[in-house]
Amino acid sequence: MNSDLLPLLLQGTGETLYMILLATIASLVIGLPLGVILVVTEKGHIMESSQLNKVLGTIINIVRSFPQIILIVVLLPLARLIVGTSLGSTAAIVPLAVGSAPFLARVIESSLKEVENGKVEAAQAVGARPFEVIGKVLIPEALPSLIRGITLAIIAITGFTAIAGAIGAGGLGSLAIRFGYMRYRDDVMYSTVIILVVMIQGVQLGGELLAKRIDKRRHKLG
Amino acid sequence: MITVTGLSKTYITPYARVQALKNVSLKVERGDIFGVIGFSGAGKSTLIRCFNRLEEPDEGTIVIAGKEVTDMNHHELRLARRKIGMIFQQFNLFDSRTVFQNVAFPLEVAGYSRNKIRQRVGEIVELVGLTEKTKAYPSQLSGGQKQRVGIARALANDPDVLLSDEATSALDPQTTYSILELLQDLNRKLNLTIVLITHELDVLKYVCSNMAVLEQGEIVERGTVEKLFLNPESDTARRFIGITESFHNHTVYREGEGI
Repeated sequence: MNSDLLPLLLQGTGETLYMILLATIASLVIGLPLGVILVVTEKGHIMESSQLNKVLGTIINIVRSFPQIILIVVLLPLARLIVGTSLGSTAAIVPLAVGSAPFLARVIESSLKEVENGKVEAAQAVGARPFEVIGKVLIPEALPSLIRGITLAIIAITGFTAIAGAIGAGGLGSLAIRFGYMRYRDDVMYSTVIILVVMIQGVQLGGELLAKRIDKRRHKLG
Repeated sequence: MITVTGLSKTYITPYARVQALKNVSLKVERGDIFGVIGFSGAGKSTLIRCFNRLEEPDEGTIVIAGKEVTDMNHHELRLARRKIGMIFQQFNLFDSRTVFQNVAFPLEVAGYSRNKIRQRVGEIVELVGLTEKTKAYPSQLSGGQKQRVGIARALANDPDVLLSDEATSALDPQTTYSILELLQDLNRKLNLTIVLITHELDVLKYVCSNMAVLEQGEIVERGTVEKLFLNPESDTARRFIGITESFHNHTVYREGEGI
């Protein structure tokens, strides 16, 4: 075992976690409102607007059509504008967030659509405003499903960070390419893969446990 | 209490035009329990959903408690809806909320203080006989209990009118009667005007004093429930009575056979 392995892995894991955390938060900030808008502007819903719905749907589809590696390159000037640099983990957060937000918006859309329309009508029938229907009915009713969807998105973002790593974002993906692949360092290659496997398992398990806990509270036998 | 004049509504789908309501007019007196009966697809659900504009009528006016509902903007409609309670066939309770929180929902929306909400929810939950269940979630309740929560939620803002959209159709006969008894009880205690729609003649017979028969979007008969049974004028009414009687006879016959 080489003596530089541990510091490399520590730095790589730190950078990856940093990118995942900030990119998840940023894509939630963008994706959650978009997902909500996609649902409530549908025909027959509380803020019907087929034009807005179509425009938004099309933009989301276009962004999702880009190959992720191209999207990162295309968005680097935007990163320089927002965070002041187009290098390293911090710069990667901008394309990661922009690239993941449309995916998250679709995931959130499908979760919110599982809420029966009757519940929305019941809220409207007592005089709830659209924002109250969203905040007090749609989101709470869909919460376990939303958590499962966000878990899915975090895992997708983790994969996305590895791709960003290939073009200079740092993190475990970058280690695997620069050391594991280009310098034939098998120890780095195996270690990074093992760490990623553990990370993904942890996220999946955590999300599932949280969603189950909410389900259980709502369905316990009283 | 409620005056409906010339109400019409047509659904346009890519394949067909369905006229759900044709020039419907009716009047419901304060404190009445008014029943609208009809077979499936007669337009009764569309009619009752026009009362609080969950469905927008194409033509006609609806006046409830002296205010023209059909003329209101969004804000006015929201305020008016607080005074028009509604209960549903599928209950439509919020699974993320306890019984207490379900009943509190209309009060939160109306902007009451926490203390006021706690007091009001306590009163109303007692009225429907669910004081023991305030901390339970809807999934832990029976169908009858769920509808009691639905009724409590509908009455939280002390409305003038309660709309019942097939509220007992998902319940077994025994539970249906207990819910109908509760509605009758609330009607007397609170002088609550109730409009209910149903496809069951027994429901009409048990709880309503006045009624209208709806057939293909038109009112084909109206009057007191007694008159409907003693002197039915429309084919639809006669069909309802015929079906219900033959069903009862059949049931009696089958029971006799067993003895």
